[in-house]
Amino acid sequence: MSRPRLINRDEASSPPIERELLVRMHDLMIKARVLEERLIQMYKQGHGYFWIGGPGEEAFNVSLGLLMKKGQGPAFDYLHAHYRQSATLLALGEEPIGALRQMKNTASDPYSGGRNFAGHFSAKRLNVAPVTSPIEVQYAIAPGTAMVQKRHGGDGITIVTGGDAGTAEGDFASCLVWSSRPANPLPILIIVTNNKWGISTCSDGQHGETRISDRAKAFNIKSKTIDGNDALTCYAELKEAMEYVRTERKPYFIEAMVSRLYGHSSASGANYVTEEVDCIKQFEARLEKDGVLTRQQMDDVRAKYTEEIAAAARTVRDEPQPSGDSIYNHIYAEKR
Amino acid sequence: MANMAQAIRMALHYAEENLGVTDIFGEDVGAPLGGVFTATQGLKTTWNAPLDERGIIGAAMGIAMAGGRPVAEIQFADYIFNTIDLLKLAGNTCWSTNGDWNLPMVVRTPVGSGIRGSIYHSHSFDAGATRIPGWKIVMPSNPLDAYGLLISACQELDPVMYLEPKALLRVKGDERIPGEPEDDRALSKMIDAPLGDRSAWKAQWPQLEAYAVPIGKGKIVREGRGLTVVSYGRTLPLCVKAAQALAEEGVDAEVIDLRSLWPYDWEMIKASVQKTGRALFVNEDTEVTNFGEHLMRRTVEELFYHLLAAPKLVAGKHVPGIGLADALEMASVPQLADITQAMRTLAAEQP
Repeated sequence: MSRPRLINRDEASSPPIERELLVRMHDLMIKARVLEERLIQMYKQGHGYFWIGGPGEEAFNVSLGLLMKKGQGPAFDYLHAHYRQSATLLALGEEPIGALRQMKNTASDPYSGGRNFAGHFSAKRLNVAPVTSPIEVQYAIAPGTAMVQKRHGGDGITIVTGGDAGTAEGDFASCLVWSSRPANPLPILIIVTNNKWGISTCSDGQHGETRISDRAKAFNIKSKTIDGNDALTCYAELKEAMEYVRTERKPYFIEAMVSRLYGHSSASGANYVTEEVDCIKQFEARLEKDGVLTRQQMDDVRAKYTEEIAAAARTVRDEPQPSGDSIYNHIYAEKR
Repeated sequence: MANMAQAIRMALHYAEENLGVTDIFGEDVGAPLGGVFTATQGLKTTWNAPLDERGIIGAAMGIAMAGGRPVAEIQFADYIFNTIDLLKLAGNTCWSTNGDWNLPMVVRTPVGSGIRGSIYHSHSFDAGATRIPGWKIVMPSNPLDAYGLLISACQELDPVMYLEPKALLRVKGDERIPGEPEDDRALSKMIDAPLGDRSAWKAQWPQLEAYAVPIGKGKIVREGRGLTVVSYGRTLPLCVKAAQALAEEGVDAEVIDLRSLWPYDWEMIKASVQKTGRALFVNEDTEVTNFGEHLMRRTVEELFYHLLAAPKLVAGKHVPGIGLADALEMASVPQLADITQAMRTLAAEQP
């Protein structure tokens, strides 16, 4: 069996990714894809009102979740995510049933108690800041957690992610300014996943800059544009970037070119887009070629998750919705 | 006696030392200026933010998320409007996450007219703030309350909007802040930064005491039986003055300083209106969808059969701004004469 190697890397400086990790990445990518496909199905069957998610971003998001320092408080990594990151949440250890519960808006939804859309995660115990619908606000908030981490010491970092279209918002500029102030540069990994679309608006008509990552250069923030569809590249580049932020306590910027395999959301139909690169197909071809997994093994993984997540969806279907009189709960922390 | 700016500064000092406040920041909040109204001079956790209001509110939210306790300043409320969706987000974070996250943060901002601030330094924000659920909103009208409300705000687990009536920031109080020296000049020497080079200056803080005005509790500033006047901030002292003047005409007004706009002291308003049968609400935000309108609606709905006259609202005019010229400002927001006249008319009205 040939040993899998990182692509586009100097092999002397970067050790190969171990087989066990590759298998784990594949497992999580499939788990996330099956979850999203189930969420879309639930939406189409009327078991939810709206779907938005990240099929197509699994290669990047799984790598990110696996590399995060998981825990609560400033010693660990904070994630200010957007709504296409179920794969990151699964890589952090979340189970798919939580996302299903949020889709079905049950009282048991662990992220919002039936109050928020699919993909709008929140997990204080994992330092996952609440995901919100207004795009890019997370870029204005993230420097705050990074400031506390810098003061706290240690190697915890803040990670903020958003889409390419949202970089038109002022909050994105705020993030670049606040992260790179000479008075207090921050340990923050600024990420833009570029799927080249803002709902139905193509990025070609909106971006004067050659690369979004070029904007970081103006702030003397180290930056890179990477192939976000290639799992090995994502893992290696994120690892390097995160190590830099952890040790240097300075910002780093990654633009990851990704696919949007099911359109913007249920608002645009949520149908598979065949002309986009599918990171899973690409990864599986490589795993098979390198002898890491056989086709049968990979099919078995998908079948296992299809069955498990379908069973979870059936469980969720019978769970109660929140009651109307709960609207006054949790307006303030004292009412806990 | 301390003025309101000094009281705010002392409360922030107390909060830094005793309540875990970690960051006091905003535009020009740190050295050398210490705030355009001097409210943050000499404090140890102050720092100067980029001139980016959204960045300021966002950073405060992030700091609060990570276990810090920020007090962020928007230099004038006029510049808070471009942060509305972040304020909405801060207000709904606890609710939308079903109680998972809460944001212990304070946002201070000077509001209202009174310094001839023209179109962009005279906005009110009390009605706007009450439109954002999830926040607690306070507005003092004297230095002691300013101190006590800020202490309370810095103890909250949720976002608190602390509105500073800029016309009153230089007005001295009638009551001493616990721990404040008796001699005003001595206090000034201790905590007011000198003009000129301040690089070597350090504040000498008095031995301040814990004194908290509970959020949600109003104060009866003047007792009376003839009518109820409910106000806060800049217009409150005007209401007291009007009530004193009208006492000579036989009008016995009860004046309530609401102090907290959300939650507010409905029990105090209710008891007073049940006693007097007449209610006047006074503030200077623009009159359409004014917070006083909410109080009037509730008064009519819940206290209708106690009323001897239709409740009244004296508020700012529904105009796009406050003009610089004296006459324009005076005509735009309630003045003493407007309040006196409204009280006189209300007291005289017969069913």
